[in-house]
Amino acid sequence: MVNLIWLIMMISGILVAALKGNIEQVTTSALQAAEVGIEVAIYLMGIMSLWLGLMNIADKAGLVKGLARIFSPVLRVLFPSLKAESPAFGAIVMNLCANILGLGNAATPFGLKAMEELQKENSDPTTASPAMITFLALNTSCITIIPATIIGVRMKAGSINPTEIIGTTIFATGCAMTAAIIVDYVFRKRNRI
Amino acid sequence: MTIITELARWAIPLILFTVPLYAYMRKVPVYETFVEGAENGFKTAVKILPFLIGMLVSIRIFVDSGALELLIDLFRPLFTAVGWNPDVLEIIPLAIMRPLSGSGSLGVATQLILQHGPDSFIGRLASTLQGSTDTTFFVLAIYFGSVGIKKYRYALKVGLTADAVGLIASIWIVSKIFG
Repeated sequence: MVNLIWLIMMISGILVAALKGNIEQVTTSALQAAEVGIEVAIYLMGIMSLWLGLMNIADKAGLVKGLARIFSPVLRVLFPSLKAESPAFGAIVMNLCANILGLGNAATPFGLKAMEELQKENSDPTTASPAMITFLALNTSCITIIPATIIGVRMKAGSINPTEIIGTTIFATGCAMTAAIIVDYVFRKRNRI
Repeated sequence: MTIITELARWAIPLILFTVPLYAYMRKVPVYETFVEGAENGFKTAVKILPFLIGMLVSIRIFVDSGALELLIDLFRPLFTAVGWNPDVLEIIPLAIMRPLSGSGSLGVATQLILQHGPDSFIGRLASTLQGSTDTTFFVLAIYFGSVGIKKYRYALKVGLTADAVGLIASIWIVSKIFG
């Protein structure tokens, strides 16, 4: 499916540009995007080193395990395929906490770490495990209590009440998260062979 | 609400203060442990680089060429048929951009907020939508890519369904509260 979406985006983009007589745009965009990719990766290198370093400290101090233990009743229900003492739980909880606090750039390193741990328990290393899919469903629909970036944009645009959208955001994201959990559950049951 | 902005201001300093201090008291060699963990940041960034570039190139061509806009035009009659507030149509570019690109959708949301005003219906809806959904497609590509997963199974369906629910919920709640 990814292969197809990737191809369709590229091919349709090139065709539309050609029909509009704007084919140079494709060259510019492709080269610029490759450049941006490197920029993002270098930016992430710094941020990820910082957060993974800190996570290692928290891990050695027993904080990550402690956090995982607090949330384990919920996690055990959401991830029935994982062992109770799975090291993935720590990284999953850290990722979700970072998402909830709106620390987007801290969420990525924790999330990738969680994927690494989940991959160790995956029976087929080229196919997504049910636990990975559940984790990604939670991760991409996770509740954010401080949508800091958009509040900043609203402030700059001169809003009378820049934070008034927090309530509506929490509601919408709560609905999305509930849907994600339910749909994931239905698919997981249906795909069990 | 100032509490929330204060919390955002203090969150990172507070984490940086408490975690190393607590660890030190539990006899963890904090600096060396930090360095050991930080090493992985470099490796992970290098590992996701090809997926990042692959996705960005395809998405940028799709968006910059005007193909995205064409797709949006296809959706317009559908929204009118449902009989929603015609203002809602303005949100379609954001709704389609959101799962693909974080910086792209932030750009569209900012544009909508500036154009319609932050305290208008569209301004509030764009803010809510931007804050409540994630770059699902992009996240999946990078996260799965980083560990070498090739078959996503039903992951994309779950993620995009959640995004669709988030969109409908955003429109509903913003109409209800600020309508």
